[in-house]
Amino acid sequence: MAYSDKVLDHYENPRNVGVLDKDDPNVGTGMVGAPACGDVMRLQIKVDDDGVVVDAKFKTYGCGSAIASSSLVTEMVKGKTIAEVEQIKNMDIVEELALPPVKIHCSVLAEDAIAAAIADIKAKQAEQGAAAEAG
Amino acid sequence: MSEAAPTGLSVPVYLDYSATTPVDDRVAQKMMDCLTLQGNFGNPASRSHVFGWNAEGAVEQARKDVADLLGADPREVVWTSGATESNNLAIKGAAHFNAKKGKHIITMKTEHKAVLDTCRQLEREGFEVTYLDPLENGLLDFDAFNAAIREDTTIVSIMHVNNEIGVIQDIEAIGKITREKKILLHVDAAQSPGKVEIDVDRMQVDLMSLCAHKVYGPKGVGALYVRRKPRVRLEAQIHGGGHERGMRSGTLPTHQLVGMGEAFRIAREEMAAENERLVKLRNRLWDGVKDMEEIYVNGDMEQRIPGNMNISFNFVEGESLIMSLKDVAVSSGSACTSASLEPSYVLRALGRSDELAHSSIRFTMGRFTTEEEVDFTINLIRDAVGKLRDLSPLWDMHKDGIDLASVEWAHH
Repeated sequence: MAYSDKVLDHYENPRNVGVLDKDDPNVGTGMVGAPACGDVMRLQIKVDDDGVVVDAKFKTYGCGSAIASSSLVTEMVKGKTIAEVEQIKNMDIVEELALPPVKIHCSVLAEDAIAAAIADIKAKQAEQGAAAEAG
Repeated sequence: MSEAAPTGLSVPVYLDYSATTPVDDRVAQKMMDCLTLQGNFGNPASRSHVFGWNAEGAVEQARKDVADLLGADPREVVWTSGATESNNLAIKGAAHFNAKKGKHIITMKTEHKAVLDTCRQLEREGFEVTYLDPLENGLLDFDAFNAAIREDTTIVSIMHVNNEIGVIQDIEAIGKITREKKILLHVDAAQSPGKVEIDVDRMQVDLMSLCAHKVYGPKGVGALYVRRKPRVRLEAQIHGGGHERGMRSGTLPTHQLVGMGEAFRIAREEMAAENERLVKLRNRLWDGVKDMEEIYVNGDMEQRIPGNMNISFNFVEGESLIMSLKDVAVSSGSACTSASLEPSYVLRALGRSDELAHSSIRFTMGRFTTEEEVDFTINLIRDAVGKLRDLSPLWDMHKDGIDLASVEWAHH
């Protein structure tokens, strides 16, 4: 199978590989997929007090398209508000990377990773809010 | 990440000899002599002129060259289009012919699809098939095998050399059992000529599938060995002019058969020297990577053909590893590339976890593989696995001491 130039570029020079402190209340961690299915993505996003994504990191076990999808997502989310990030859909990734039909699941996984990371942040913030009220 | 190739090395390096082999120059030359007006182009079935007689002579020499490698009589060799057709003819042909005696077949889960799918078809026709699990090292579990044999078992089909993991089944020991029980033994030997000795009499094989293109011959040609004493009878699958004693009609492709014959002649003569060289290359590859953490050889290391290494690189996904190794032509045990997203059924049958089955790479070396190519490959593997593990959340978790089996994954 031939990979698109953009997939190859992200695969060979992945952006924002790494780990953020998962215990930081401003960091949301989303881990999706399963080893049995051949791909696991961990996406982490960090927001400032205004809810704007200031940093994003990923690590992915999976095929080249899965790695490229998650690398691309870290670029897409930076500078966006949570509400804007929620608007990112898997087809945006498919188009940007020119993924073939058999690799669409990689983009779906990336969208799931975004949603999971946002859910994590929201849960943390709700907990903090509750703690503040209780305090 | 790709290493600069040493001067003189042409990339990509071919390490997929179990998928197919290049045609040996000596074979190609012989084939080219059978095509044009000046060459031996006749129809071997033409009885009325010298063109036919010459073509027939060449085809019969080729038949003898194939038979010699098997320790068989040339009259026991039936030409086909390849091992897939041979497997179909052997299993369906014998199953149908013997249907009145019984309708039970025994095979293994690690067989090639050409055997498994043929058996599936027979199941749809009312036959019963037992698919045996191999032992963890890929070899036949004789206790399970003996237990599976029934009164109505007519055929046992076990491959000689596995295409993915290169393990060699003990056909002689199987043949002893099947002959005693008067069950036909079919052996898919597509991967074994020139790599492991074959003697159909010592092994007591009744039917054996062969092909040319894994032995430096051309694609599109194969043969089925059909024992004469005691006689094995088959129902033909392809009907027509009654070629090949009615077992397989169709005009004989002289150049293809001559190519297969020459390839088998060379394989027989050069097997010992070639194996010695390939064992060294195989060990060189393994020695170059074996100190890496979390890597596993799939399949028995002793009962294994010299040119095969199948390694699982844990926490690295096979397709991305192949992408990293773009200067080396290898194949993944994982069938991701065929879009099925299923890990190798052969490795699953060995009891390998999904992760390990997804992480496997098959390296197969052959006649034209050099030490330089192996060294180049070792460097690429080390770089690529290192890089992909740095990218792998599973590797992080492993390093943090988390047991991946204990994690609840969101299956999708």
